[in-house]
Amino acid sequence: MRILFKTSYNDDIRLFPDRWTLAVYAALLALAVLLPMLLDEFYIGEVTNVLIWAVAGLGLMLLTGQTGQVSLGHAAFLAIGCYTNTILIEAGLPFIVAFPLAGVITGIVGGIIAIPALRLHGIYLAIATIALSILADDIIVLLDPWTGGVSGKFPAVITIFGLEIERWTMPVRFYYLVLVVTMICTLFYRNLLRAPLGRAFAAVRDSEVSATAMGVHIARTKVKAFGLSCMITGWAGTLMGYYAGAFNNETFSLVISITLLMMIVIGGLGSIHGAFFGAVVVAFLPQALSIAKGAMIGGSVAIPGLETGVFGLILILFILFEPMGLYGRWLKIRTWFELFPFARKDMFRRQKSYLKTERLR
Amino acid sequence: MSLLEIKEATLKFGGVVAVNNLSLSVEEGEVYAIVGPNGAGKSTVFNLISRFYQPFSGSITFDGQNLLDRAPDQVADLGIARTFQNIELFDHATVLQNLLVGRHRHRKTSLVEELFFAPRVRREEIAHREAVEEVVDFLDLQPYRDKMIAGLPYGVRKVVELGRALATGPKLLLLDEPASGLSVEETQDMRWWIDDIRKQMGITVLMVEHDMGLVSSVSDRVLALADGAKLAEGTPAEVQADPAVIEAYLGVGAV
Amino acid sequence: MEVLQLLVSGLANGCVYGLIALGFVLIYKATEAVNFAQGDFMMLGAFVTLGLTNAEHMNLPFWVAAPLAILVMAVLGYLLDFFVLRRLFGQSQTAVVILTIALGFVIRFVAGVIWGHEPQTLESPLSIGDINIGGVVLGMADVAVIVVTVLLTLFLYQFFQRTKLGLAMQAASQNQMAAYYMGIPVKRVQGLIWGLSGATAAIAGILFASKGAIDPNAGLLGIKAFAAAVIGGFGSLPGALVGGLIVGVIEPFASRYFAAGYSQIAPYVLLLLVLVFRPNGLFSQVRVKKV
Repeated sequence: MRILFKTSYNDDIRLFPDRWTLAVYAALLALAVLLPMLLDEFYIGEVTNVLIWAVAGLGLMLLTGQTGQVSLGHAAFLAIGCYTNTILIEAGLPFIVAFPLAGVITGIVGGIIAIPALRLHGIYLAIATIALSILADDIIVLLDPWTGGVSGKFPAVITIFGLEIERWTMPVRFYYLVLVVTMICTLFYRNLLRAPLGRAFAAVRDSEVSATAMGVHIARTKVKAFGLSCMITGWAGTLMGYYAGAFNNETFSLVISITLLMMIVIGGLGSIHGAFFGAVVVAFLPQALSIAKGAMIGGSVAIPGLETGVFGLILILFILFEPMGLYGRWLKIRTWFELFPFARKDMFRRQKSYLKTERLR
Repeated sequence: MSLLEIKEATLKFGGVVAVNNLSLSVEEGEVYAIVGPNGAGKSTVFNLISRFYQPFSGSITFDGQNLLDRAPDQVADLGIARTFQNIELFDHATVLQNLLVGRHRHRKTSLVEELFFAPRVRREEIAHREAVEEVVDFLDLQPYRDKMIAGLPYGVRKVVELGRALATGPKLLLLDEPASGLSVEETQDMRWWIDDIRKQMGITVLMVEHDMGLVSSVSDRVLALADGAKLAEGTPAEVQADPAVIEAYLGVGAV
Repeated sequence: MEVLQLLVSGLANGCVYGLIALGFVLIYKATEAVNFAQGDFMMLGAFVTLGLTNAEHMNLPFWVAAPLAILVMAVLGYLLDFFVLRRLFGQSQTAVVILTIALGFVIRFVAGVIWGHEPQTLESPLSIGDINIGGVVLGMADVAVIVVTVLLTLFLYQFFQRTKLGLAMQAASQNQMAAYYMGIPVKRVQGLIWGLSGATAAIAGILFASKGAIDPNAGLLGIKAFAAAVIGGFGSLPGALVGGLIVGVIEPFASRYFAAGYSQIAPYVLLLLVLVFRPNGLFSQVRVKKV
């Protein structure tokens, strides 16, 4: 077990608590940069997919894990980001402007949508966001002149200072683009967590009354959480559009919203690691299933609902046996090794709380 | 002029009168205690000051400003901090993070600055941390800095909640039953702390408490409340000797 | 005449939504959780009945199969609580929400594997014949749906207001710890509620399948039932029924009088409007937290 000897308050604020952690993440980054030399283009595409899901996961994690607001409508914001980016580029803006702007616009829209949703708690919010996700589909169809309706759109070509990036013909370039976006989003997330706003999020999540008594404006904080969450989600949506190569009203469906929520739960709510772990599961599960299916009953047989069914089963098992998600499991394993042989079984036991309604009748 | 002044405040829930035409004033620098049987409306008075409840009639002024003009989240900005009867901490955050939320009203940085963690954010963070560390030292919370609230014993949580209120840098501190559920030793500690908060930090304290031992040892003035109305007011000894108070606590004919 | 026709078919559909919404409300009333898989319960109930009564399957008489299916679903609901949800005792509502969504996926998958994905029809005596009342043609199934729904709602309402068990269920939902100290076996009560909502889902499923074909994705109807439950207010049984009727009636009228793209969004727009202006439903309950 490493002992940290802190000598200044900066030690608690910096991104990496110590040299060892810094070295680990530097090595991880080096690996990510060198990856295209180690893997062929197919697998680079798969890793890109993981990163895109991770960005989307970070977006929802900020809202659900950090601020405690459950959203089942984030696919709508993926769609807004994706369509906005394409429309902006078609209007003549360069990618380097259109892409950040698409996220910011999605964030603003998210913030505005959040205003009426603020009064809703828990399940009511979840249901309102479900309605949002369903409405998004119909609204895209209704806005046919801009969105291309049912026939959909192809994402506009990416050109950054004369350098063209295309997902199918140049997967490595696209991978680097996604990697940069992922790093920026992760950095934003980290920055928020160590700043007053991140703490205000946690305060709103854990106790609205005492947050208010500390001077936190609940509604404004939630709007900010929604806005920032939607901004990151918008970027993820844009990247998803590029990754898919074409999109229409059905690309960003309710199922995507639900998958996103399940993903961060499997990964581990309230942690950056959780978003990445969850993304790995979501991105590789279809592959793993098709391999398993091929081995058992022959690859050509289609079983509708297999992926979502297995995904649901995995999720149920996680909630029952590892509510802290993959990240929680990882922490336990790491602690076990660090303390070996002194780790105790009940070190991570959760406190039970009893339900007390806030209803009066 | 009094620091906090409540004039003829009345609050009803349906047909129940929770606070009945209550007036009280807290002077700067004193410890003022509210006592009374359960359901007398003690916590309700706190919730009126915190602006969680809107009185039907009456006025509340703090430091010369009309408190009723303020939203609940602006009360902290005026310099009023509080604790809760049943401890309302942020359970899934560390002690340090809880205390730092107390500094929320002092933040100056904008969302964009925080997103990029601009140098100013770092400077501010260190300043907040220094302020919080003073509270940590004052309340001997050093062993718990990085512990999650959810795993802490009740007594420590109570202290953390006091610390969070102090971290806001208040002029007036509202303590809702600071000693309830504490052991004899912990209550002793609380007594010294309240004394020091008043004497060293110059913070005015308004508290609700059942423990008459604690009340009589720290408070300058006591208000006895029954059914939302004032029963008696004065020094602890005066109030304890008041026949109306004894009757409210022990029943008619006990004197 | 056309308006009346639309109204009746809307009411019948609305009753099915209302019945699913009743299931939500039952569980919400007793556990403060929402079973997002209620729609899939309904689908499963329909398929269990179909499996018991249809000629190509077990070929039992309908009046034997239907109670049997209701029993099966009740037991399933109880077991689900016993083996799965009871382990979540003391965890957040969110955990239950996500768990039941996942459960819905699993149920849909299992139903697809067992009964296939082709739409199937239930051989139900309710689905035969029409009644003609003064020019308005009513399907027997529609009438049956309306009658059964009203009776069931009345029964459940009385159950919660009058019986000891119903009151115990309400108590258990409002403060688990206090209810436990008062001698209410909180866990068993919650199990019974899940059983009851399973039975309700089965009834809804049988009625739904009598009105038309059923396939594993029929459970997605649950989303409209959400709208119903929210519009009616989550804590109110009659509210759920009224909410269901509102959603059910809006649909045919919207598709008759609105342009094509706008009609299907009508229930959700209404849902959002209700959430914005009456966040706790039309039959609302006050929510104030005491500190």
